[in-house]
Amino acid sequence: MTTLNLTRPATALPLLLFAGLAAVPFIAGALGQPFWTSFFARILIYAIAATALNLALGYGGLVSFGHALFLGLGSYAVALPAFHGVDSGWVHLALCLLVCGVGALAIGAISLRTSGMAFIMITLAFAQMGYFLLVSLKQYGGDDGLPVSATSRFGPLNLGSPLVLYGAAWGVLALATWWMARLRRAPFGMALRGARQNARRINAIGLQAQRLQLAAFVISGALCGVAGLLLANLNAFASPSSMAWTVSGELIVMVVLGGIGTVFGPLIGAVAFLGLEEVLKGMTEHWMAIFGPLIVLMALVGRHGIIGLLDRLGAWKRARAEVAPALSEGHA
Amino acid sequence: MSATLLLAQLLNGLQYGVLLFLLAAGLTLVFGIMSFVNLAHGSLYMLGAYAAAVAYAASGSFALAILAAMGTALLIGLALEVAIVSRLYRRDHLDHVLATFGLVMFFNELVRIVWGPQPLFVQVPDVLSGTVDIVGFSYPSYRFAIIGAGLLVAVGSHLLIHKTRVGMLIRAGAQNPQLVAALGVNIGLLNAMLFGVGAMLAGLAGAMAGPVLSVQSGMGEPVLITTLVVIVIGGIGSVSGALYAALIVGLVDTLGRVFLPLLLRQIAERSIADAAGPALASMSVYLLMALVLALRPQGLFPARRG
Repeated sequence: MTTLNLTRPATALPLLLFAGLAAVPFIAGALGQPFWTSFFARILIYAIAATALNLALGYGGLVSFGHALFLGLGSYAVALPAFHGVDSGWVHLALCLLVCGVGALAIGAISLRTSGMAFIMITLAFAQMGYFLLVSLKQYGGDDGLPVSATSRFGPLNLGSPLVLYGAAWGVLALATWWMARLRRAPFGMALRGARQNARRINAIGLQAQRLQLAAFVISGALCGVAGLLLANLNAFASPSSMAWTVSGELIVMVVLGGIGTVFGPLIGAVAFLGLEEVLKGMTEHWMAIFGPLIVLMALVGRHGIIGLLDRLGAWKRARAEVAPALSEGHA
Repeated sequence: MSATLLLAQLLNGLQYGVLLFLLAAGLTLVFGIMSFVNLAHGSLYMLGAYAAAVAYAASGSFALAILAAMGTALLIGLALEVAIVSRLYRRDHLDHVLATFGLVMFFNELVRIVWGPQPLFVQVPDVLSGTVDIVGFSYPSYRFAIIGAGLLVAVGSHLLIHKTRVGMLIRAGAQNPQLVAALGVNIGLLNAMLFGVGAMLAGLAGAMAGPVLSVQSGMGEPVLITTLVVIVIGGIGSVSGALYAALIVGLVDTLGRVFLPLLLRQIAERSIADAAGPALASMSVYLLMALVLALRPQGLFPARRG
């Protein structure tokens, strides 16, 4: 990959978006509209989850239809210790990374024995298993979910405060995006993307495609868990519904809508998805009847996502800039 | 634990398994032959259930209701195939997932717009509302009818696939669609027909599930996901595998829910057993799937290839 090219719309716009997102709490505070801080915090959190999914789906080519599981596990990694009176954020984070990492390792190890269609179904089934497990745990709220009685406390910082939470979510997303950008050029990322295109070749040059994919799946699951941890602190609530299979589907839609396999795609996708959802919800209670066909259309038209559109816009502008002088010279 | 309880639960498991088979038979062929991931299969089941509920309420005839369900699901299935699905066969699975996920959202909301969020309740038809008595043991005859209908479809699909010319083409198309097309067979038509038949069976399943379960928006998804488990256990593309796996899954799920908490109570303390029993039971089917995959990733009864 070439170095950061700020004149590319597909790079410049997301960076502007990052800067804009950093300003949201201040603007919302000045306007006295705290709703916007929590709304954009939700966008940031889903963008983290989508970035995590993009590592497995976009870079690794693993169509995981069960990433909501990790979102839910991360939420319960806050709610369960809090229920038992532990409010240390470090404990929450350690538990979240441990449970999601080990869970992703086990699920990945079993699911990667298959590929393609079976992989999709198996990841979906595992997520569903987690969902039913938490629904049946009546002592922890079961179906109704579990209120987070004590939000994560990292020393003097408490994620229960909207501003701290927003800052944390922005920071995690920025770090994750930066890491994903570096990963495109790093040996691990290159090998992983190679394994997506041709696993046999990667094996032939002495790497183990399946191990790379498993590593990506585990990192992806753990990062998605962190998004869940933030989500539980934002809502002060953990619910099995954050593990519902529709959430997994929504995460996939975000990644594809933004631009699968790109660095900024998940962020753009999360902003576009949740933004559009909010707009449609304002128009009609039956917003899904409009949103569903839009997703079908997106699948039919092909999927380079919004980043792909921006790229084409950039290429078109460049081509015009190059062609225009040549044309005028020819006429002269 | 009495013998009658065990017998009743066995029959319940069989009935659930048969219902799963009706969904799995169509879906596994679409998966195996067209290599198409169809999440909207559950929506066809739901639409079938609604069509049956409406037709039954209007006409009072359960036979008409079943016909209406199958017809509706067939027509909608064919329309989907022509308008959307056939354009996606050559794309990769991610596009299939996206498009059918969008369809599920649409159909669930459509149903909510037309019939509202409240579930519809369908009466068991009068003829089948009684019970059947076998040496002092009684069981609802409607549930027997479900088992009978499912087994009939199983026999029918076996005959269709193994004894007819169309079945031969289906099996050939599963192995090498290009070659079959090159021999002058209209493979597109064959695919559309197969998709339609699968949809029709889903509609039939929906119609028969109506009086047992409640008919509501989103009813298709839990059963769809269990059907996916069935297909993975049975081996993708294998109809007989789908039948065996559906019966296994139906029995494991039903018996697990009833007997696992009881069994746990024998070996563990009551408080632990009461907490862990339902949790373990709700996961049993998925644990079974994980076990099968760890030992035989191709499924228990894979379709024969080559």
